[in-house]
Amino acid sequence: MKIGIVVFPGTWSESDTHYATNDVLGINSEYIWHKDHSLKDTDIIILPGGFSYGDYLRTGAIASFSPIMEKVILFAKSGGPVIGICNGFQILCESNLLPGVLMRNNSLSFVCENSHLKVNNDSLFTNEYKQNQVIKIPISHGEGNYQADKKTIDELEDQNRVIFRYSSEIGETSLDNNPNGSINNIAGIVNREGNVLGLMPHPEKACEKLIGSDDGLGIFNSIVKSFV
Amino acid sequence: MINEETLKELALSKSEYELIVKRLDREPNELELGLFGALWSEHCGYKHTKKLLRSIKSTSKNTITEAGAENAGAINIGSNKAIVMKIESHNHPSAIAPYEGAATGVGGIVRDIFAMGARPIALLNSLRFSNLKSSRNIQIAKGVIEGISGYGNCLGIPNIGGECFFDESYESNPLVNAMCVGIVDNDKILSAKAERPGDLLIIIGAETGRDGIHGASGLASQNFEETIELRSAVQVGNPFLEKLLIEACLEISNLKELVGMQDCGAAGITSAAIEMAERSNLGLEIDVSKVPVRESSMTPYEIMLSESQERMLIAVKENQYKDIFSVLEKWDLRCSIIGKFIDGNEVIIYNKKKIVSKTSIEVLTSPPEYDLSKIANSYKIHKSKLSLKDKYNSFDMKIIDSHLKNIFNSNNIVSKKSVYRKYDHHVQTNTVLEPGSDSAIIRIKNTDKYLLFSCDGNSRYSLIDPKIGAEINIAESCRNISVLGGEPIALTDGLNFGDPSKPKGAFQLIETFNGFNKACDVFDIPIISGNASLYNEGHNSSINPTPIIGAMGIMNNKTKIISKSFKKSGHKIGIIGNFWGTNIGLSGSEFQSYFDNKTTGDISIDLQFEKHLQYSVRNLVRSGLIESSHDLSLGGLIVALVVSSEKNHLGVEIEKSVPKNWAGALFGEDQSRVIFSYDERNYNDINNLLIDIEWQQVGSVTEKNIKFENILFESETLFLRYNKGFSTDL
Repeated sequence: MKIGIVVFPGTWSESDTHYATNDVLGINSEYIWHKDHSLKDTDIIILPGGFSYGDYLRTGAIASFSPIMEKVILFAKSGGPVIGICNGFQILCESNLLPGVLMRNNSLSFVCENSHLKVNNDSLFTNEYKQNQVIKIPISHGEGNYQADKKTIDELEDQNRVIFRYSSEIGETSLDNNPNGSINNIAGIVNREGNVLGLMPHPEKACEKLIGSDDGLGIFNSIVKSFV
Repeated sequence: MINEETLKELALSKSEYELIVKRLDREPNELELGLFGALWSEHCGYKHTKKLLRSIKSTSKNTITEAGAENAGAINIGSNKAIVMKIESHNHPSAIAPYEGAATGVGGIVRDIFAMGARPIALLNSLRFSNLKSSRNIQIAKGVIEGISGYGNCLGIPNIGGECFFDESYESNPLVNAMCVGIVDNDKILSAKAERPGDLLIIIGAETGRDGIHGASGLASQNFEETIELRSAVQVGNPFLEKLLIEACLEISNLKELVGMQDCGAAGITSAAIEMAERSNLGLEIDVSKVPVRESSMTPYEIMLSESQERMLIAVKENQYKDIFSVLEKWDLRCSIIGKFIDGNEVIIYNKKKIVSKTSIEVLTSPPEYDLSKIANSYKIHKSKLSLKDKYNSFDMKIIDSHLKNIFNSNNIVSKKSVYRKYDHHVQTNTVLEPGSDSAIIRIKNTDKYLLFSCDGNSRYSLIDPKIGAEINIAESCRNISVLGGEPIALTDGLNFGDPSKPKGAFQLIETFNGFNKACDVFDIPIISGNASLYNEGHNSSINPTPIIGAMGIMNNKTKIISKSFKKSGHKIGIIGNFWGTNIGLSGSEFQSYFDNKTTGDISIDLQFEKHLQYSVRNLVRSGLIESSHDLSLGGLIVALVVSSEKNHLGVEIEKSVPKNWAGALFGEDQSRVIFSYDERNYNDINNLLIDIEWQQVGSVTEKNIKFENILFESETLFLRYNKGFSTDL
């Protein structure tokens, strides 16, 4: 059982992710450099957060063309589990592994805070949580405003593929609790097959109570459990 | 003979020019004059502050580097780890181009840290703006905050704290001081030096363009406002490139072929390369034609003086650059061998085969040192009396209530969340206590340590009395750390002043150092690094003298983490030091400035008592007996009670009546006072622990409202105002 963490130039959450999976949870984790041509026999791929290629052109746009992404796309299409966190979510959208786009926050400002998320536990990545559990995970992005056409949104909702929604501490998913303008308070979604997750919040930054929360570990634990 | 316009552009005086001619025994050529202008600027040469800087306590049993000898100061924290930290200003560039000025300020200070082989682990900043009444001021404040956010967030370094303060004295000159902290194994600290003749000088990172030429001289120019149209004086940052530089430089810092590393900052290659040679006691050859440039036909002058960002210089063992180049290639970074260190003490600059300058390094790096005391002699400090309105000394519930509500409209009092929400403060997963507290706390993974940081200054006190202001500055920065249990072990200072060649400016600088020296002695703490930004003058007046102190503290990771916030209704409230403020404590206070629009009176601090207080409160926190702790500062007792109640929506009941001199009692900012809360059952243990210092139990934490025996303030209104933030959205 091995997790591969892809590092692009400008990525900065790779060591936080490695710390959470490898050091806190004890899951063997390895970095994969963007110029590599192999996923090194890893079982789960994580695209961590940061500013790959400086967010030039569009967030995630250049990374989606990097050599390693060809392998990641093949891996995902063959059913391998892939998690895109923040910039990783943006890369997954740019790579067409997930629908929709992440636009500039409606405040036009970067936002960093602890966000509360209401969890849909019907997924490979969330089965360790209770249904509608509210978890606390930090966000840190300038472009996390999830948007898609009506058909796509309807499909996401009908197929129960919205996995995380921004909410209040008690699970209210109103506009007041929406930090970036995302449609339907969407914070994370999965693809049709359910093996690719993209989310704006940073579960790796919620890996220990000491630093505010360990609610993010449930995501890694859920996916790892499917391999046991 | 040289014309005066040219000298003015380079910020060199006529007598300085004559000194150059005398020392060189010839007229300098155009390029050399540029080198002198840069190296003899205040920013590089410290010609007005060097004498003072030498007087400062810069070492302790834990310091590793000598202050000023390297890019930043380093201090041993045990477990073979050293912390490297420094604060640096980017005031003038931020006044012209707020976003780029602030962004490149962050970039510059971060490079100073990783140049020493240290991984940057925290950013802090201290910002000063004028009031938010004009669109220009709002644009500056917005731009600066966005610039710090835009650049810092891209680097993956948490921005964990600092301050943002408004005062009209910053109308022409906003202040942007950025502080960076890094960590490195003790035995891996890099020096900005070469080792022996033959070592290569290599430039890494961005191409050199025409941006930022005369930046260093401009920083020292009395007539900076005249050059506002000179946009090229402000550099443009590329945080993505900086991020690549951080990773690549830290990777090559482990290679044995690497000898030294230096940031290309103010005065570009000139200052970086020549200072490296000076430190190494070596000569240097540079070929400007080898420097990768952004535009064709750049002159040697432009190449040597460009302040293009995101460039580093390294010294590498002769012929052993292969492994280093392959790391740089991995990170897609451009590099070029631009020179080599040689025997002797000259810097020889080539343009291809042609020598364009050959100058003694010693002459270049020894600007005249000015004796500020001679300039300051003629200055007499004028203290104006604290005169208070009658109503401040007569108890009237309505008046008191309206003053309290009003002060929560002050941008200096309200929550700064709208600022730090724009900065990533979680990345690297070490942040134990977030911004908005007395100090920020981070853990150091794989050690048993927490580190605490604060970045603080009170320019109003320094305006009233720069010496006592400086003492209070250090006392308060350390207090911010002690109230959370940390032991302050190192400081870095940012000196933001007016023109030092004027008596007032010189006086303020000297007195500030006097105050620093006294406080450093009492607290036995070194100032391990720092930065001076002088000539912060507008059309008619200079800024308030604004020393900023960045402080670091340390504590064991078994210490219970507390903050200023009260935790539970029913807990008791205690105070060390005087409970009520005094009328004299209104001197230089937020109350005085906000309601009477003046900064007058008398300030004082008893440093020995302060030291004892900090020792006591540290022990108290470490004993685990208390639930919250907070330093009383801006806004005095009443503001402290409100902000301590705010987070958990609690209230306070004080078993005392507000006295007739309510303004002083509630809003006085008298020094050396700490409030804390605790479970009543711990009373005896606390009393035993605080046996030798004055303290008292004054009341309880309640469900809501701030209640004294003779007056009640509704807390919800105050919380709302506090959380609403600034008068204008930034």
